[in-house]
Amino acid sequence: MRYETIIGLEVHAQLLTDSKIFCGCSTRFGEGPNSNTCPVCLGMPGVLPVLNRKVVELTIKAALAANCQIVRYSQFSRKNYFYPDLPKGYQISQYELPIARGGYIELEMDHGQSKKKIDLNRIHMEEDAGKLLHELDGVPADHSYVDFNRTGVPLIEIVSEPHINTPEEAGEYLRILRSMLQYLEVCDGNMEQGSFRCDANISLRPKGAPVLGTKVEIKNMNSFRNVMRALEYETGRQSSLLESGEKILQETRLWDVNQGITESMRSKEEAHDYRYFPDPDLVPLVIDDAWIDEIRSTLPELPREKKERFVKEYALPEYDAAILTATRQLADYFEECVRLGPQPKVVSNWIMGDILRHVPDTRDISQFPVTPSHLAEMLLMVDKGTISGKIAKIVFEEMVASGRMPQFIVAEKGLVQVSDEGALEKAIQEVLNANADQVEQYRQGKEKVFGFLVGQVMKATKGKANPQVVNELLKKMLAG
Amino acid sequence: MTKALSQMTIHELHELLKKRAVSSREITQAVYQRIDAVEPRVHAYITLTRETALKQAAAADEKTKQGTIQPLTGIPLAIKDLLCTAGIRTTCGSKILEQFIPPYNATVISRLKEQRAVLVGKTNMDEFAMGSSTETSYFGPTANPWDLERVPGGSSGGSAAAVAADECIAALGTDTGGSIRQPAACCGIVGMKPTYGRVSRFGLIAFASSLDQIGPMTKDVTDTALLMNYISGHDPRDSTAVNREVPDYTRALIPDAKGLRLGVPREYFGASGIDPEVEKAVWEALRILERQGATLTEITLPHTEYAVAAYYLIAPAEASSNLARYDGVKYGYRHPKETDLRDMYEITRAEGFGAEVKRRIMLGTYALSAGYYDAYYRKASQVRTLIRQDFEEAFKACDLIVTPTAPTPPFRQGEKLNNPLQMYLSDIFTIPANLAGLPGISIPCGLSSRGLPIGLQIIGNLFEEEKIIHGAYCLEQNSDWHLTKPSLA
Ligand SMILES: [Zn+2]
Repeated sequence: MRYETIIGLEVHAQLLTDSKIFCGCSTRFGEGPNSNTCPVCLGMPGVLPVLNRKVVELTIKAALAANCQIVRYSQFSRKNYFYPDLPKGYQISQYELPIARGGYIELEMDHGQSKKKIDLNRIHMEEDAGKLLHELDGVPADHSYVDFNRTGVPLIEIVSEPHINTPEEAGEYLRILRSMLQYLEVCDGNMEQGSFRCDANISLRPKGAPVLGTKVEIKNMNSFRNVMRALEYETGRQSSLLESGEKILQETRLWDVNQGITESMRSKEEAHDYRYFPDPDLVPLVIDDAWIDEIRSTLPELPREKKERFVKEYALPEYDAAILTATRQLADYFEECVRLGPQPKVVSNWIMGDILRHVPDTRDISQFPVTPSHLAEMLLMVDKGTISGKIAKIVFEEMVASGRMPQFIVAEKGLVQVSDEGALEKAIQEVLNANADQVEQYRQGKEKVFGFLVGQVMKATKGKANPQVVNELLKKMLAG
Repeated sequence: MTKALSQMTIHELHELLKKRAVSSREITQAVYQRIDAVEPRVHAYITLTRETALKQAAAADEKTKQGTIQPLTGIPLAIKDLLCTAGIRTTCGSKILEQFIPPYNATVISRLKEQRAVLVGKTNMDEFAMGSSTETSYFGPTANPWDLERVPGGSSGGSAAAVAADECIAALGTDTGGSIRQPAACCGIVGMKPTYGRVSRFGLIAFASSLDQIGPMTKDVTDTALLMNYISGHDPRDSTAVNREVPDYTRALIPDAKGLRLGVPREYFGASGIDPEVEKAVWEALRILERQGATLTEITLPHTEYAVAAYYLIAPAEASSNLARYDGVKYGYRHPKETDLRDMYEITRAEGFGAEVKRRIMLGTYALSAGYYDAYYRKASQVRTLIRQDFEEAFKACDLIVTPTAPTPPFRQGEKLNNPLQMYLSDIFTIPANLAGLPGISIPCGLSSRGLPIGLQIIGNLFEEEKIIHGAYCLEQNSDWHLTKPSLA
């Protein structure tokens, strides 16, 4: 039988605020255990949460970018369960009345050949829990320790409808969502540090069947690749169970990255009853149109729009535009460089070829020693014939190493291109004299030798000769 | 006969302090002398802070000398032991917090400190404020100063008894379903629960967050108005504390009742379980107010009969969540033997909480459970809305609603301890105001034939504490129940 895979994703994205959602503690990652804590995020007796306005702003930003409706009257609820990393014994989240509903993320599959909208169910705000440590300074301990630094760090949960049908679509959905949140400066998207996490619900049904199959929740996938692998595995597991006439159990399964399999964590019967109810410590959140409009006016151009504009405005291939707009920082770098004069496609080639080799994470491109204006200056020098394309590579590496301006490097190292015919004729004549055999071969019709001779001239001039002039002169002199 | 210093009110002592006729140190010492004499019998306190109190008194005297005396400067006050006091243990009447010393002050404590009031100690209470008799305290019961075999009411029974027995000048309590007003009635003092949102809850160890409110417990209405002036107001640390100007409540101390329209709710009188002596005393008080110019109107609050049921779903539901943090992980009691996580939770909580607290945690957990939420918690919330609407309707016809505070005078210790339903009915008249968020006061209005205090409750509309103080002050000025003292030697 042919099965249809139905996938829904729940993404937890950590918001880029300086302070936690309900207290003034810092959200900085990697500080000493329990250093970013206070009575409020430690859940001490008698303390009360106060909502961080910035959290609401960033959430609205994400919701607007994802085409959601902003709910004008939303509410925080308590999700009750016991765990040592949850100091209050409940997590403050949103349940019946989330801040945003609906919306969609548009996927481009097959290199932009087909588009698909994945509807969103909701976006809501919540606080993160702390972290349990089972070892101390690398040594396994007989006790567990709790670090509450992450407790109360603001998250948004973005819940998709079960409209995703393949692991590839899931991967594309996550890439687009993450890039959007990064563009908005709502989330840094770092999966290893846990600031962008994903759980999946997956079920199978016979193709065309009207009702959904039993769904399984999968957790513990900490990269896009693992999400796709886990979904691939789970599709196979479920379809072979169904093929053999067995039933799918409703359960939560954990992805085991080493074995490449999912394993049962808890069954439906063992599932928590979270006893959600409205949190009486927080007043309902009322959002007016003025606030929404104000936030809307700060929305940046999003990846999709930017990519389309790059194709149109700079006459770039889709492929280039997609890479250049992958992060807002890289797109800005490109545009700033182009604004100073060089040809867009040339800039694009340099970025995609030489720069990306040096910059593994393009969000850090502002740290790259070659600034957009330095790159532009260098490319203009190539344009004017001041240096050759080959020399440009040398200049560029020097700029990477020293961060200096190209003019200085070119002047200091005497890298200015030689186009003077007299000087070049002399150099060519020397090469011809030294390579009489090859000259003879050429004259007998072995044209391949021409390239060798050009190379020799370039070598003799330490690459400074203008290759076009060398070509012309060499042809003339060989003919003569 | 001249009054002892410990018997005086805040405003009387303030006059003396201002004139420098007496020092805060002398007052504080007098209060502790009184405590030494009667506390073994009354047991109003869990923790006494004698040393720091005497230092605070000396500092207050210093301020007074410098001419910067404020109305509460140098006045010895008692604080219910669920209001966090930095550096002073705050137990909530529970074993689970027996050793808990908060590193922060409740907002009301900070405000009293700014006034340079003196903190006498932390008063006894029902464990986590769950009770109407102060018998569920882990630290043992408090006795009613009027009859040591009877309860002082609860849960703020320690504060009420301390005020009544002159073991402090005034006190703060908290009221979730009547926990200020009912003990005030039982002990013959004045106790006010302000509008929900009038006083910051920051630092109040929560029982039921949507109902809890801090309020004054005093020897007369003037002192209640004074304390209200200084504990009320917005607090950025409590989202439910309303940002609304605080009036000078002492301006509402008007001795006549001209123009006040008093509503008498049909459902609160002649009900089963109400002691006829209580009803009679309340009616006599109503006549006094009528003679002072008030008009009486019969009103109806038709959903009153569902209030106790709704309350005993909403309050335990919130409590079941609020008390989840006492899990032995971070602070408070933890079962001393090494166990796995699940056992540590279970044994810690089994040993740390008393029977009534466990009962309410179970009730609340049940009411919020999947499959029961709609029938219990949601239904109760809907009833709450109906009760609120009852009051909205009633206040179209009257300014204040007058009722008995409690159905009976204080009962005997142990009488209702094993009958929770009977105990829960002690708050039958006070619970509706909490559900509706309304302010209410209890003031003395008579003594039973056995010489036990009877309280009268006045409920006002939202943020209309001034009208309540007006009505209460008028009754006080035209009766002398507040001057009658227990014969505790
Ligand atoms: Zn904090």
